[in-house]
Amino acid sequence: MSKKEMVRVEQLNKSFGKLHVLKDVDLTVDESNVVVLIGASGSGKSTLLRCINFLEMKDDGKIFLEGEQVDKDTHNLNEIRQRVGMVFQHFNLFPHKTVLENVIEAPLMVKKMPKNQAIEEGKALLDKVGLGDKYDVYPSTLSGGQKQRVAIARSLAMKPEVMLFDEPTSALDPELVGEVLATMKELADEGMTMVVVTHEMGFAREVGDWVVYMHDGRIVEYGNPDELFERPKEQRTKEFLSSIL
Amino acid sequence: MSHFFDVFIESYPYFLQGLKITLYLSAASLLIAFVIGLFFAILKISNIKVLGWIADAYIWVIRGTPLIVQIFVLYYGITEIILIDKFWAGAIGLAIHSGAYIAEIIRGSIQSIDKGQMEAGRSLGMTKLQTMRRIILPQAFRRAIPSLGNQFIIGIKDSSLVSFIGAQELFGVSSSLGSNSFDFLTFYSVAAVYYLFIVLILTAIVNRIEKKLARSD
Ligand SMILES: Nc1ncnc2c1ncn2[C@@H]1O[C@H](COP(=O)(O)OP(=O)(O)O)[C@@H](O)[C@H]1O
Ligand SMILES: [Mg+2]
Repeated sequence: MSKKEMVRVEQLNKSFGKLHVLKDVDLTVDESNVVVLIGASGSGKSTLLRCINFLEMKDDGKIFLEGEQVDKDTHNLNEIRQRVGMVFQHFNLFPHKTVLENVIEAPLMVKKMPKNQAIEEGKALLDKVGLGDKYDVYPSTLSGGQKQRVAIARSLAMKPEVMLFDEPTSALDPELVGEVLATMKELADEGMTMVVVTHEMGFAREVGDWVVYMHDGRIVEYGNPDELFERPKEQRTKEFLSSIL
Repeated sequence: MSHFFDVFIESYPYFLQGLKITLYLSAASLLIAFVIGLFFAILKISNIKVLGWIADAYIWVIRGTPLIVQIFVLYYGITEIILIDKFWAGAIGLAIHSGAYIAEIIRGSIQSIDKGQMEAGRSLGMTKLQTMRRIILPQAFRRAIPSLGNQFIIGIKDSSLVSFIGAQELFGVSSSLGSNSFDFLTFYSVAAVYYLFIVLILTAIVNRIEKKLARSD
C-alpha cells in the first residue's frame, strides 16, 4: 500500500557560517505517518524542522510538500508556513493575549476568517485539547503542560497538513509530560502527519511509524521503532540508545 | 514664606497661561517624538545596513550636542526657509531631541522580546509586519512604559529651554515677571512648584498604567 507523500527532503544542506549543520539529508514523510527524530543535542534536528517550514533557509537541496517542490523564489513562504504547523519546546505563546486570542490570532489575521467562526473553531480546538475552561485566562496562569496544549491548538487552528514538534515536552516537569503526549497521540490517531523531535521512547514506540536517528548533521539510521530500538544496525545508534535509556 | 504665597496667588493668571503653553508644547513635542522614535527604532532593527546607519547618525548627533544648541540651530535654520512660529519651532526641536532617546528605548524593548515570539508568528503564516504589529510591538510598548514615562518627564522639564527662543511657557513667564520686579528668586520658585506639580501627576499616571498592565500579565 503506497501512501501519499506529504513531505520530502532531498539532499538538504545547511551551514551556519563555517558550521555545516545538515549534510545531504534525505527524508520522506507519508500522509498520516508519525516520524520521530532522535539524536544528540547539536546533531541538527531542530535545524531540519526549521528548514522544512522555512524558519531557516536551506543552502542546498530540495523540499517537497505534497509532491510539489517549494522554494523561496517560487512560492510565498507565508502560505507554505500556514500548511506546516510548528510546536516549540518553549511554547512561545503570546503572553499579552488570552488563551482563546492566541488560538484565533492567525485565522483572523492570515486567513481573514470571520471572527464568529474563528471563535467557534478556536473554542472547539481548546475543548479538544482539554482546555475548555481556560478560554479567557492569560498564558502566565497556566502550567507548562497546559501551555503546550494551547500551543498545539493554536497551530491546529490554521488547519495545517503537517505538524512539526520540536522537543515539545523537554521543558515540562515530568508529571506534565503525559498530558501533552496524550494530546499528540490523539492527533496522530486522527491521521495527522507529524514529525516529532523527542526523546520520549515510549511515545516513539507507541505512536511512531518511523524513527530516524541523526548524528552530526546526517541521518545515520532509519527504521520502524521496534527494529531501530531493538536491533539497531549502526554502532553509533547503539551507543546513542544506550546513553539515553 | 508668606511673601512666596502672596506672589504665587497674585501671579497665577500669568502662570496658568504659561502652564498651558508648557503642556501644549510638551504634548505636541512628545507625540511627534514618539512617532520619530518608533520610526528610527524600526530603522535600527531593520536588516538593511544603510537604514541602520542613518538611525545611528541621527542618534549620535542628538546625543552628542546640547539641547539648547539644537533648539537654536533648528530655530534659526528653519526660519531661514519658512516662517514658523516659536511654538512650533520649539515643539519640533524638542521632538527631534526626545525622538533620539525614545528610539533607543523602543529599540531596546523590541529587542528584549524573546525571538521565539517572532518565530511563533511566522510559523503560523503571519508576515513579518503582521507579527511586528500584533505580537512584538504591543509587548515591547508595555515593557517600555517606565522608561518612556521617564523620558516624557525629562521632555516636560526640557521644554523650559524653548523660552530662549521667546516662548512664554512656565519658565518664560517667570523670567519676564522676575525681570519686571527683580524678584527672580520668588518667581523661579513659583515656576518650580508648577513643574513639580506636573511631574507628580504624570508619575502617578505612569504608575497606574504600569499596575494595570502588570495585572494582565
Ligand atoms: N541560528 C544559528 N546560528 C548558528 N549556529 C546555529 C544556529 N542554530 C543552530 N546552530 C548550531 O547548529 C547545530 C545544530 O543545532 P540544532 O539543529 O539546534 O541541533 P539539535 O536540535 O539537534 O540539538 C548546533 O551546533 C547549533 O549550535
Ligand atoms: Mg533542538
